[in-house]
Amino acid sequence: MPDSRPDPDQLLARLKQQEAKAQRGKLKIFIGACAGVGKTYAMLSAARGLQREGVDVVIGVIETHGRVETDALLGNLERVPLKEVRYRDRVLQEFDLDAALARAPQLILVDELAHSNVAGSRHSKRWQDVEELLDAGIDVWSAMNVQHLESLNDIVSGITGVRVWETVPDRVFDHADEVVIVDLPPDELLQRLKEGKIYLPQQAERAVRNFFRKGNLIALRELALRRTADRVDDEMLQYRRNESVTPVWQTRESLLLCVGPDPRSEKLVRSTARMAAQLDVPWHCVYVETPALQRLPDSVRQRVLGVLKIAQDMGAATATLAGSTAAAAIVRYAHEHNLPRVVLGRDVGRRSRPWQTPLSQQVGALGKDLDVIQIALPTDERIAPRLARGAAVRAASEPGADAARKAMPYAWSVAICGLVTLSAAPLHAVLDLANIVMVFLLAVVFVAVRYGRGPAVLAAFVSVASFDFFYVPPRFSLAVSDVQYLLTFAVMLVVALVIGQLTAGLKFQARVATQREERVGALYAMSRDLSAALMVEEIAEIAARFVLSEFDAPAALLVADSQDQLKRPVSLPVVPAGIDLGVAQWAFDHAEAAGHGTDTLAGSPVLYVPLKAAIRIRGVLAIEPRNPARLTSPEQRRLLQTCASLLAIALERIHYVDVAQASTVQMESERLRNSILAAISHDLRTPLAAVVGMADSLAMMPPALSGAQAETLTSLRLAVLRMNSQVNNLLDMARLQSGQVQLNLQWQPLEEVVGSALAALQGTLDSRRVRVSLPDDLPLLRFDAVLIERVLCNLLENAAKYTPPASPITLTAAADADRVRVSVDDEGPGLPPGREEAIFAMFERGRKEGATPGVGLGLAICRAIVQAHGGQIHAQTRPQGGASFSFELPRGTPPDLDGMQAQAPAPAAPQN
Amino acid sequence: MTTPPVNASPTHAPPKILVVEDEKAIRRFVRMALELEGFEVFEADGVRRGLIEAGTRHPDMVVLDLGLPDGDGLEVIRDIRTWSPMPILVLSARTTEDDKIGALDAGADDYLVKPFGAGELLARVRAHLRRHTAQGRDGASTVVFADVRIDLARRTVERDGQPLHLTPHEYRLLTHLAAHPHCVLTHRQLLNAVWGPNHSEDTHYVRVYMGHLRRKIEVDPSQPRHLLTEIGIGYRFVP
Repeated sequence: MPDSRPDPDQLLARLKQQEAKAQRGKLKIFIGACAGVGKTYAMLSAARGLQREGVDVVIGVIETHGRVETDALLGNLERVPLKEVRYRDRVLQEFDLDAALARAPQLILVDELAHSNVAGSRHSKRWQDVEELLDAGIDVWSAMNVQHLESLNDIVSGITGVRVWETVPDRVFDHADEVVIVDLPPDELLQRLKEGKIYLPQQAERAVRNFFRKGNLIALRELALRRTADRVDDEMLQYRRNESVTPVWQTRESLLLCVGPDPRSEKLVRSTARMAAQLDVPWHCVYVETPALQRLPDSVRQRVLGVLKIAQDMGAATATLAGSTAAAAIVRYAHEHNLPRVVLGRDVGRRSRPWQTPLSQQVGALGKDLDVIQIALPTDERIAPRLARGAAVRAASEPGADAARKAMPYAWSVAICGLVTLSAAPLHAVLDLANIVMVFLLAVVFVAVRYGRGPAVLAAFVSVASFDFFYVPPRFSLAVSDVQYLLTFAVMLVVALVIGQLTAGLKFQARVATQREERVGALYAMSRDLSAALMVEEIAEIAARFVLSEFDAPAALLVADSQDQLKRPVSLPVVPAGIDLGVAQWAFDHAEAAGHGTDTLAGSPVLYVPLKAAIRIRGVLAIEPRNPARLTSPEQRRLLQTCASLLAIALERIHYVDVAQASTVQMESERLRNSILAAISHDLRTPLAAVVGMADSLAMMPPALSGAQAETLTSLRLAVLRMNSQVNNLLDMARLQSGQVQLNLQWQPLEEVVGSALAALQGTLDSRRVRVSLPDDLPLLRFDAVLIERVLCNLLENAAKYTPPASPITLTAAADADRVRVSVDDEGPGLPPGREEAIFAMFERGRKEGATPGVGLGLAICRAIVQAHGGQIHAQTRPQGGASFSFELPRGTPPDLDGMQAQAPAPAAPQN
Repeated sequence: MTTPPVNASPTHAPPKILVVEDEKAIRRFVRMALELEGFEVFEADGVRRGLIEAGTRHPDMVVLDLGLPDGDGLEVIRDIRTWSPMPILVLSARTTEDDKIGALDAGADDYLVKPFGAGELLARVRAHLRRHTAQGRDGASTVVFADVRIDLARRTVERDGQPLHLTPHEYRLLTHLAAHPHCVLTHRQLLNAVWGPNHSEDTHYVRVYMGHLRRKIEVDPSQPRHLLTEIGIGYRFVP
């Protein structure tokens, strides 16, 4: 790479990773070469050390296997009680994940990472429990042996001859925050074994003793050390990347593995996972389903899905592709995903058929820019029997009725040949033998079309035989008089076989195409229905109808409310009986499918599919398959996924329709309120303005008014002005309450607004002395001058109204680190005790009785305005008597004044 | 500063005032008050009528309501400003600062908030007519108010006979305000005049400088007499 700067995308990815890690708990794994090296012991000693330091350590599950020294270490460490799970007729003790989550300790010890949970637990594997603990932010310590690592599984079984079924995916190990290797030289280990310090289950003692051979132990130790060293190496690389020593980013090196129905594909997956880990690149694993492969029996297809699952667990992105030829689909996928290296299996045992180009060559020819890597597949199929066994068992269990159903087409095929033989008999005299051959060929075509490949082959042979027997001289004998008929038979057989083969193939493809078309048609119909749906209930009904017809399963739609809680499904004619809201909520929260056929609660009869839309998850589709097989094939899975996305999109659309409607309604009502307010304000003020003006003109008009008349006129004028201020208060309150006053925030000195408030109150405060004391160093504040002037006016007016005339009023301001506090103090009677907060409520007055005018809106308006500025307002009776009203405004960061002062430095000027 | 009373203007005809207002009651009392003061009053009830009256009567001053039934009062202001500098006094409702600023920026000189008293109205009308006739006459190089004397020719300011040190921006701010006595100048107009068009968003400049200026000129800067704040709108200089 010519550029030494880190790739921004990569840095971003790493930052995200670190962020996710910060919230996640930390995982520390104690790894050993095999049982008995002292992992649990090491883990417990370290935990006790932490406990002494005050860390909240709890034991989730620990297997001491009765070892005294380990038992002694348990000491006073708190234990999460184990859960008792009934399995068949036994009661087993299992780690209680929910109790651990509820206890939420800082650190939890969970031994035996590779352990498989009893059927019926939430997760099938313990490492999945650990993942959930980590997600909840709890640190976890765990222990495992090297043989439990998924990618090393087959290597270890190759060394020791013992296959371990409990495995941990490599990514769990690789993503662990810390790995501690617990090492013991083989001799010491064997010594401990002799001393009986290693626990061995009775029944398997012999096998295990076989396992504990020195050669095995050395190999395992090497594996453990090497694997841990690889990890340390990765950490070093990561460190170098962080420090930008040499940026290594190899997206261009990513691998694409193609697997097929071959039972040895599992080995391919493991090899590729190791290769990808060594190269430190992401990898993909795909299975191309060609029409030929679609014909395979279900058991084989299940196996392929199992292989894909293993690949996924080992960190691959997996996909099932559909295509007419494997090579084309692979090359297309590789180009789409920018994967330059294709990994394929190479059969070393069997010779490929000469007329077939090997897949590797096809891929190489189509994708000239792709590297093709071949991995040798072993000839001996040591591991094949395990995989094939399932299929065999399934085949053997097929009932006799089924066999009869399968034999029917063959019977028909023979019957049709017989019929043709009979019907051709009268024609024998008229027609040439060559034409009778044609009639037989027609029968073969008919059988092929009707009953498929096998019956067609049978028909070919039967036709040749009966043609020979009934029509070729000497008739009614299989002997042939003329040798050239042998050629006729041969050609007839070949032609019949080829025609039968082609016809049956065509027919199969037609059937596949029809199925596909039906699926597309059903999806199309569903999406059309969904696009017309306007309510969640309609969507639920459409979903249930579709799932019932396509998967033969009742389904229900669980939609989340605004608090992200799933609600009970809408009532429908057929609803899955066993819906568990808890599991559904889990699927919703984790955005993963749960229940039937998944990793989580696989024992549940209901499958929960989260409905992921573009913005967020909208709900969960619960399906209760009557016939589980219908949900397992890749096409059906794809169909279900598509159906889920369509539903999610429809739900999201409805959500936004609702949002849009709500905001339209809100806008309308705001517009209405605004126009009402404007109309009221105009209609009330205009007559008031006219009355004030006319009272004035009356006073000015000659002849001059008498004293009493003038006094009446003045009172009239004052009353109208008071009414005007009440109208103003009401309208202001209405505006502030509707929350749509737009603050005109400007940076300005407080002094100015104080000045203008005093000027505005000149009429009301004439006989008063308002003492103003503002410090010179008050910062600029950001506020709406008109509204804050109103606050000051109301406070000053209030002080004047409730205190004896001529008592002084003081206005002060003080700034602290992040607020400026403005106080209006009077020397009146103070506030009624206990009502310091209540007086800010609407229509609330300090004193109920009395002739003081006003309806008690002034302080409510003050509070609304101050709160809109992000400040607070308080009232109190001062210790030395009198009331004190004060409000605080946030200081914020005033704008720079440098720009204007640089040009014009203010010289000292004489003042006053 | 001595100016002759309005009524004693050289031409003996009374000043003509056009009142554009759609509310009959208000129009009536405005007319009554102005006529009692000896002005000749013309009325209009809308934008169209107002423009016709303004064009044909050539009034000395216009009193204009902003909310008119057949259009916006701003149209009247813009139209008049294309051909006359006559004083324009705007009548407006409260809580409509933006409308007032719009009217002032369009060329109005002053505003009154409804409800207003007849005395207030007459005082404003008199002051603007006086200013207008005074401006027509002169080339006076000094402005005097209270104990302050501004010498425009020598670019000095004195207070109580003592020279007052003003920064260039303070001086420009003061003289610009003094050149438009009684008129309300918006923050933006002042920024444009003193700091130039590039600063028209930095209204805190004007506010800070006005604070400095008041400390140098006003007796009690927190309760100014000459440099008045029109809250949320701008400033007014009153000699």
